[in-house]
Amino acid sequence: MTWEVVIGLETHAQLSTVSKIFSGASTAFGAAPNTQASAVDIALPGVLPVLNRGAVERAIRFGLAVGGTISPRSIFARKNYFYPDLPKGYQISQYEIPVVVGGGVAIVSPTRGEFFVELTRAHLEEDAGKSLHEDFQGMSGIDLNRAGTPLLEIVTEPVLRSAEEAVMYAKALHGLVRWIGICDGNMQEGSFRCDANVSVRREGEALGTRCEIKNLNSFRFMQEAIEFEVRRQIDLIEDGGRVVQETRLYDPDKHETRSMRSKEDAQDYRYFPDPDLPPLTIAPAWVAQVKASMPELPAAMKARLTTEYELSSADASLLTTDRETADYFESVVEELYRLFEQPTRSPSHNLAFAKGAANWMSGEIFSAMNRDDIAMKNVPLSGKVLAKVMLRCGDNTISLASGRTLIRDLWAAGQSIPDEVDQLIEARGLRQISDAGAIGTIVDDVIAANPAIVAEVRAGKEKAFNALVGKVMAASKGKANPAQVNAILKSKLG
Amino acid sequence: MSELFSGTVAGLSAALRARKLSSVELTETLLRRVENAQAALNAFVTIDREGALAQARAADALLATANPPPLAGVPIAHKDVMMTAGLRTTCSSKMLANFVAPYDAHVVTGLKNAGTVLLGKTNMDEFAMGSSNETSHFGPVRNPWNLDYVPGGSSGGSAASVAARLCPAASGTDTGGSIRQPASLTGICGLKPTYGTCSRYGLIAFASSLDTPGMFARTAEDCGLLLNAMAGHDPRDSTSLDRPREDYTRDLGSTERQPLAGLRIGLPREYFGAGVDPDVAAAIEAALAEYRKLGAITVDIGLPNVKLSVPVYYVIAPAEASSNLSRFDGVRYGHRAAKYTDLLDMYKKSRAEGFGAEVKRRILTGTYVLSHGYYDAYYLKAQQVRRLIADDFTRAYQQCDMIMGPTAPAPAFKIGDKTDDPVQMYLNDIFTIAANLTGAPAISIPVGFDRRGLPIGMQVQSNYFTEARLLNVAHQFQQTTDWHARAPTGYAS
Repeated sequence: MTWEVVIGLETHAQLSTVSKIFSGASTAFGAAPNTQASAVDIALPGVLPVLNRGAVERAIRFGLAVGGTISPRSIFARKNYFYPDLPKGYQISQYEIPVVVGGGVAIVSPTRGEFFVELTRAHLEEDAGKSLHEDFQGMSGIDLNRAGTPLLEIVTEPVLRSAEEAVMYAKALHGLVRWIGICDGNMQEGSFRCDANVSVRREGEALGTRCEIKNLNSFRFMQEAIEFEVRRQIDLIEDGGRVVQETRLYDPDKHETRSMRSKEDAQDYRYFPDPDLPPLTIAPAWVAQVKASMPELPAAMKARLTTEYELSSADASLLTTDRETADYFESVVEELYRLFEQPTRSPSHNLAFAKGAANWMSGEIFSAMNRDDIAMKNVPLSGKVLAKVMLRCGDNTISLASGRTLIRDLWAAGQSIPDEVDQLIEARGLRQISDAGAIGTIVDDVIAANPAIVAEVRAGKEKAFNALVGKVMAASKGKANPAQVNAILKSKLG
Repeated sequence: MSELFSGTVAGLSAALRARKLSSVELTETLLRRVENAQAALNAFVTIDREGALAQARAADALLATANPPPLAGVPIAHKDVMMTAGLRTTCSSKMLANFVAPYDAHVVTGLKNAGTVLLGKTNMDEFAMGSSNETSHFGPVRNPWNLDYVPGGSSGGSAASVAARLCPAASGTDTGGSIRQPASLTGICGLKPTYGTCSRYGLIAFASSLDTPGMFARTAEDCGLLLNAMAGHDPRDSTSLDRPREDYTRDLGSTERQPLAGLRIGLPREYFGAGVDPDVAAAIEAALAEYRKLGAITVDIGLPNVKLSVPVYYVIAPAEASSNLSRFDGVRYGHRAAKYTDLLDMYKKSRAEGFGAEVKRRILTGTYVLSHGYYDAYYLKAQQVRRLIADDFTRAYQQCDMIMGPTAPAPAFKIGDKTDDPVQMYLNDIFTIAANLTGAPAISIPVGFDRRGLPIGMQVQSNYFTEARLLNVAHQFQQTTDWHARAPTGYAS
């Protein structure tokens, strides 16, 4: 019996406004507790919320980026519940009419290929404060700095079918919100938080009972948590049990989800329209204004990379993962045009430069990022420096192998000045020997010193030829131009 | 000497400007009256003698300059629902019995900037929930016309203070009649402006879509002078209206023989039926006769949905209140139980101890009507009917300019008479609630007394943003009658 997994994700993206969604207090992370909580944030008697236009503008950007509908009129509602870090005793959110309806995010599923993850909605709401249970003996501390921070809650339809797809969607969404500049995406600081609704069913059957998993603050945890939860639900049903609708918490230390509260404990939030806030009206002119300020979106850029630069879909996806990667790629291509003194763009150069940049980035930069576990924005080597190294490989000043060595050195040194590439080549003696006479002398010495191998080559053994090439390269301390070595060896033995 | 305390805002302001008296002298006189009346009336929760005299001295300094602010040196009082920086602000609740406000409400700032002197904070029904001022944690306010009677509510302290000549004017808030009904029961003027005219910022919320700051004074003119200082757009309140400033007294002062010639007064059938006290009905008829003399004509109108005002109000107001009062949880400020076992226990005990019976009743009602499965039947339905009621008024104003009728069905009742029957208590607001549901302005003006000598008020309602005209309609009546100038025995001198 085949099981089908059904997943929907709810993501809270913290919007990158300077001040809070309903007050003028700062949203900066990491301040001393309760120093960024205004009268409105701590819900003193008599205070009232005033909507931050910047938060709405970011919601509009998101709506446009995912191709959703921007509601011309949406409603803020109160979600009522008591908790010490919820100062008003209610959260201002959107309930019946959200600011963005529909839209979607494209992913390339490992099993289903190109796939459009449909969104149900995205709505504006305020964050709660934080309860600090560890630092106080038998008591809890409340930090209201985060209270009132603007969030966009982005909800997918239950269309994801595996943990991999869920993670791919989350990564694509993460890249998108950062790309359009509405969220810094910092998962450690809680700027991008996901909850997953997971259920399983036998193929062709109606939807199973779902569980909501909270606290998925990294992509790895999301993958682990969903995989664990799917396994748990299938085992439960196969053992004759029944999945109970509940909220579960992922414990990254134990690699398991555990029950937090069941549906029976679910609170009645008594939603009703907030009488302190008139309906949010968004005129078409505002949407048009935001549209005009939108950057090229990753999907559009990806399409451009595959057509204009003829990059593979996989390369184009990789290069448009986030804004920084895309910018890096573009800066390399632009610098190559400058270095190779090509004043105007041409299809052939586009192709050569883009392919080269893509290869060097995936071959050297991405692997070094993985090795050092750093993000694109922290890469110590600028696109201009990479282009300079590519130039020196391209004009045969250094070998590809030396180019790679050079990048490792520049990376370790935190090198970002292109001019120093040439100095380093000289200092490290990486300049390639391309002088036919000099290479010929080395080749002659190697032929003389290895008669047995030469005999094998003459007998037609391909491997033996490669061994001779290796010996010439070694004798030149790796500096000889390998193509020339090949050609000269061949002519001398032929 | 008697003019010192019986003077109107306009009269006192003129005398202060002419330097015929000083604000310190006036403030000292009124402070003594406030203090002397406290045992009998219990009109104040907090008397700020020191602060008031300091403000009076500052006002006198301003009055010595060329351009003193419009109400420089005039002493007033604020209902204790208004946040007043540095001064205890209790909402007459145990929950906030020791709460000192860290900032001023918008209307408090407006009146401060106009140069007024704040004598103190007036007693009220707890969290403005009540029609008799009997739900106050600090005990009931008594009606200066007869101490056995209630002054009305929820702004009973402000009303009693102005009626007893403790101050010429005081702020109030009107959510279902909380200014107009006590004004009626104490024989003074009480204006509820159009919703959104005065910012709600710093007014401790009861029912956000209905709460309206306003004022008590003895004349319509004084109401206009205060409104000039209290009105104006406030970006801190998203429901505050961004309209050009206006002088609400601009229409006053006609000297024509028939200053209200052509004014069409609508008389809703629903306001003149059974259930209205005969003395009240007679006083209203006499007032209408006076209006006809002033040139007005009366037309019969119908407001068929107005009878649903009370049930609609008692769904919407408690619903909003149940949410608004959630912030009083004992966590950050306000009353917290001394002993509790865990978080839930702290919430339960703090709120059980901090809130009185009427507040709890409304929180429970409000929580119920918003509950899953009941929302559509109660809250949503009430909002739909609210729209129908507003439509009634829109239609009515095609036939008339003003709508008149009794403010309350009967004069003041005895303290304790209705405390056991919430529904009877709620019916006191049967004529006033509609203006809160629609948001349009309304004023109560004194028009006579019943056989026991208790004041009777008439409500004049008008369309949105017509406060200037509304005030003139009240003002012209006060030019030819003297009901507003009568003072309760014992407070006349």
